[in-house]
Amino acid sequence: MTKVSMTVNGKAASGEVEGRTLLSAFLRETLGLTGTHVGCDTSQCGACVVHVDGRAVKSCTMLALEAEGAEVATIEGQAAPDGTLNAIQAAFQEHHGLQCGFCTPGMVMSAAALLKENPKPTEAEIRHYLEGNLCRCTGYHNIVKAILAASGQDVSAIAAE
Amino acid sequence: MYEFGFTRPTSVADAVAAMGEEDAQALGGGQTLIPTLKQRLAMPVTLVSLSGIAEMQGIQSGDGQLVIGGATRHADVAAGAGAYPALAALAGGIGDPAVRNRGTIGGSLANNDPAACYPAAALASGATIVTNLREIGADEYFQGMFTTALEDGEIITAVRFPLPEAANYQKFLQPASRFAMVGVFVAKFADGVRVAVTGASEEGVFRWGEAEAALSANFTADAISGLSVPADGMIGDIHGSKSYRAHLVGVMTKRAVEAAA
Ligand SMILES: Cc1cc2nc3c(=O)[nH]c(=O)nc-3n(C[C@H](O)[C@H](O)[C@H](O)COP(=O)(O)OP(=O)(O)OC[C@H]3O[C@@H](n4cnc5c(N)ncnc54)[C@H](O)[C@@H]3O)c2cc1C
Ligand code: FES
Ligand code: FES
Repeated sequence: MTKVSMTVNGKAASGEVEGRTLLSAFLRETLGLTGTHVGCDTSQCGACVVHVDGRAVKSCTMLALEAEGAEVATIEGQAAPDGTLNAIQAAFQEHHGLQCGFCTPGMVMSAAALLKENPKPTEAEIRHYLEGNLCRCTGYHNIVKAILAASGQDVSAIAAE
Repeated sequence: MYEFGFTRPTSVADAVAAMGEEDAQALGGGQTLIPTLKQRLAMPVTLVSLSGIAEMQGIQSGDGQLVIGGATRHADVAAGAGAYPALAALAGGIGDPAVRNRGTIGGSLANNDPAACYPAAALASGATIVTNLREIGADEYFQGMFTTALEDGEIITAVRFPLPEAANYQKFLQPASRFAMVGVFVAKFADGVRVAVTGASEEGVFRWGEAEAALSANFTADAISGLSVPADGMIGDIHGSKSYRAHLVGVMTKRAVEAAA
């Protein structure tokens, strides 16, 4: 076992891991941050997306030891400490961007990365950016709408279905 | 995954030393290797991470060429290879944003997946693969699917691309994996045109010599209207038959020429 230390949602975090411990396992099992979901464990679904040094990555496809010294952000750090949802989370709620909610942590973290890079994305840009995030429930429509709304843009052009 | 040791050197020299140990394996972005380890298809004793080596990161251009560090991530090439727009666009079309934030050019070229994008760019550009030991021309480097000229323990430290006058990459998506079902990279240099095809052949990435000759004489899509690659030797699977892929090679080449011209 090796010690790994990183900053998670602004707080110092460390633990003993094996070489093969995935970042997703370290977050969920060592730190108890189970908001990061593991859907496929094969790099396809994006439920496990977190930010490492500001960039969206699939935490099921990164070793915990690769995050040594990094700034990691997970879904648990998105709302304010008093529980107030951030703009993306609030828009998911408002626009019914989730059903079962399994994909939602990854969707929200991918959306946050997108809006940081591109604060006013078009609908097509949003759909393209979410290529690596699968949702089995919503048909994506309301997810796209929520992200458009969170970016402060008009969503009336996206037909309500 | 079987358990393995892990080391993260900060220089190429230290990485080379670590790779000298028995059954050590390089870890680039892990976007291919970690899934492989999960399936227990590889059993390294130690993984040597290349992510902490500053000298293997980044992009430089000048003297008609672009040099990309071997551990440079796809997203950084997409954002930073403005001197070679077709290459930047190719990098920006690999996988999805999270894959691009981890996957590296060195990892992609070392792996030489028959449906990967970078091999087409490197072969069509006549790029040079720079390792800790030597420089390898793209024509010698690619040796069939998942096979390259790399020796055990050799590390790709950089890739040098000569800048063409015009170039374009066209990728026909395999709808499930989003790798290339067929991808064609066309690059026009002062002394001729090079055409490299990925995704299609059982031999991995290849140059389409007939199209190169025709396009070198006349750089228009019409110049290759009468040409086709034989279906024999193409990949045939549930996503597309051999003859379908052979047909796509022609279509994608024409589209690439039209977009580049
Ligand atoms: C969902 C998904 C979609 C993808 N879509 C595409 C796509 O559309 N097109 C495409 O081209 N690729 C695609 N990929 C593959 C991706 O580009 C990988 O990043 C790439 O194939 C491997 O690069 P890596 O840095 O992750 O290497 P790793 O997975 O870390 O390593 C791969 C192999 O290369 C070796 N290696 C790594 N770096 C070096 C080096 N510098 N020198 C020598 N050997 C080295 C390793 O030992 C290993 O054998 C996709 C991957 C995923 C998960
Ligand atoms: S759990 Fe990581 S991509 Fe599905
Ligand atoms: S809300 Fe159920 S998978 Fe997306």
